[in-house]
Amino acid sequence: MSHDFGGLRAVNNYDLEIEGGQIRGLIGPNGAGKTTIFNLITGIYKPTEGEIILGGKRITGLQPHRVASMGLGRTFQNLQLWRHMTVHEHVKMARYSKITYGLIGAFFGTPKRNREEEEIDKKAYALLEMMGIHHLADQIVINLPYGDQRRVEMARALAMDPKILLLDEPTAGMNPEELIQMMAIIRQVHKELGLAIFLIEHRLKVVMELCEIIQTLDFGRVIAEGTPEEIQNNPKVIDAYLGREALD
Amino acid sequence: MKTLKGKIRNTFTGIPLLGWLIGALMAVVLEHFFGDVLSDILGLPKIPVLFGFVIMLKKPLLIPGALGYVLLTYLIPVGVIAKVSAPVANRLAEKFFDLSLTLTVLLHLMFIYAILHLWSDVSAYRVLTLKLTLIAIMVTLSLNVVNGYMGEFSCSHPGFMALGAYAASTVTVVLFVNDKLFGPALLTPVLGPFMFPIALIIGGCVAALGALAIAVPSFRTRGDYLAIISLAFMFIVKSMIENLEVVGGPRGLSNQPDVANLPTVFMWTVACIWIINNFVRSTLGKALNAVRDDEMAANSMTVDTRRTKIIAFLFAAFWAGVAGGLFAHVLRYVNPGTFGLQKLAEVLAMVYFGGLNSVYGSIVGAVSLSLLGEALRPLEIFKWIFIPLLLILVMIFRPTGLIAFKEFNVKNLLKPKKRN
Ligand SMILES: Nc1ncnc2c1ncn2[C@@H]1O[C@H](COP(=O)(O)OP(=O)(O)OP(=O)(O)O)[C@@H](O)[C@H]1O
Ligand SMILES: [Mg+2]
Repeated sequence: MSHDFGGLRAVNNYDLEIEGGQIRGLIGPNGAGKTTIFNLITGIYKPTEGEIILGGKRITGLQPHRVASMGLGRTFQNLQLWRHMTVHEHVKMARYSKITYGLIGAFFGTPKRNREEEEIDKKAYALLEMMGIHHLADQIVINLPYGDQRRVEMARALAMDPKILLLDEPTAGMNPEELIQMMAIIRQVHKELGLAIFLIEHRLKVVMELCEIIQTLDFGRVIAEGTPEEIQNNPKVIDAYLGREALD
Repeated sequence: MKTLKGKIRNTFTGIPLLGWLIGALMAVVLEHFFGDVLSDILGLPKIPVLFGFVIMLKKPLLIPGALGYVLLTYLIPVGVIAKVSAPVANRLAEKFFDLSLTLTVLLHLMFIYAILHLWSDVSAYRVLTLKLTLIAIMVTLSLNVVNGYMGEFSCSHPGFMALGAYAASTVTVVLFVNDKLFGPALLTPVLGPFMFPIALIIGGCVAALGALAIAVPSFRTRGDYLAIISLAFMFIVKSMIENLEVVGGPRGLSNQPDVANLPTVFMWTVACIWIINNFVRSTLGKALNAVRDDEMAANSMTVDTRRTKIIAFLFAAFWAGVAGGLFAHVLRYVNPGTFGLQKLAEVLAMVYFGGLNSVYGSIVGAVSLSLLGEALRPLEIFKWIFIPLLLILVMIFRPTGLIAFKEFNVKNLLKPKKRN
């Protein structure tokens, strides 16, 4: 697929195939178009050209909430949390499309609603426990430190039972200790929930350790694709990415 | 000073809501029997209708008498009786609490109704003020759903009230009243009180239908169209009714049957608070907050943002319509002029004064500004300096309103209090 912003071709002939249970990585310098690719996959932008297929179904042009409820969970690069809501409410919210009690339940507080809300409660707590932030459940989310906010985003994305989890720089802004914890969490999530993960990262160390296959993007174009070793030794990557980084 | 405050606080911590209600009930019973005698003794012409405010502003010489009256009939009895009855109230609350939450709620509602009934029984003016205050609570709360919980800025609430008022009035007048405009009654007036809820629901639905006309274009794309479209809607509704001779045009519509008595208005208000509170506390309702705080994130977390917004907007309009229907039947007269900019300013003030995103806030905002508006009536034009000034102060010191972002948790409110 390709995507234009006005005259700028932000993504050019991009192609990706993820199989169930894979961990894939996407790296590239600033402004390469990585986040745009996420936004295209999740339906926030509609690709200028090309198609997106999820489990055999064409999802190009569907509303983001439809795409999400079909099994695409994501986190955001620059944390997009709801500033007046608690951690627990965040995670519950991602169950929105699975709620069956309807407006009648919402208006009149029917037993069905109470039962369902209780179920979501439990599910949310379980996820918070997995992320190690259950003790923060009733905190308003903007009062939390950065690392914990990232975990809330992760728990929220997992609450929608995704088949594929898209993580946009999950370790951005973290200190080395938090970074190691986050990598452990990603591994744990992958192992316990058996979902496919597609990861954007700036820190090469993280992708190299976690991912089976890595793509490198530069100016919206994939310039290299392969295993961590292949990527590390690819001269184009070194030139476009590592080289520039080294110059900085 | 600090220790005095602490002492006072300490004295009153162990009192459950039920205790305060018992105290208030006793106070209004006292007033009922001894109010006249007491005002005589204090040199007041009659029982002060609104806690002495009106008298104090009109005749400053009577200030001590009015203060004494408030102290002797309300403050002291409520405080003392609440304190004395606290152990009993706690035990009673505990019993009911263990039995069922629904019964506890009903018990409290009975007390509240009894208090309001006895208090307002003293004069017709009190009854009217009380009914209008209850209606103001409904309107404020329903606007808070849009402007607070959903974080949009809507100006169309007077328009929804007008639609509700005229739709409900038309139904009741056509069916139950021999009227110059609509001809003889179609049904026996005895049925009036039973059909009134249906008339109100029709009013609410008509308002919701009007809301649909705003919602569809406003929520199609992101942006601040709603404020402008809804303001235009309000003016359109007003001038449409002014030009609709069938319902009396600018002269208004009168002759509504006398069906909006205090219990009816009270029950509708309770229903409105209960349903709206249920909604905003459910995950479906909290989606409004998610949409307000970050729409893109909400959308990416499976929330159908457009549907959520439209439903909430129609829901709010429905309640404004019901409130409008009640309003028309309380006054038994409506004219389109009522539902203009001044009404809008009033409702917006109540929402923002009381507090955004909060049921408590809307109740507090509606009650305090309604009563204040009445109490300051003797100031005439200066009222419109005083009230805006107050609003500005609140906006400076508490930009989101007095009690914003607080959950209305009925269980916590009603539970028995243990001494610590
Ligand atoms: N909504 C938009 N409108 C116009 N241009 C955009 C928009 N979003 C992104 N761009 C441009 O598209 C290009 C790719 O941006 P993108 O955010 O995808 O980069 P990125 O690879 O995620 O970078 P970073 O590492 O900084 O997150 C950039 O040149 C950016 O300026
Ligand atoms: Mg990015």
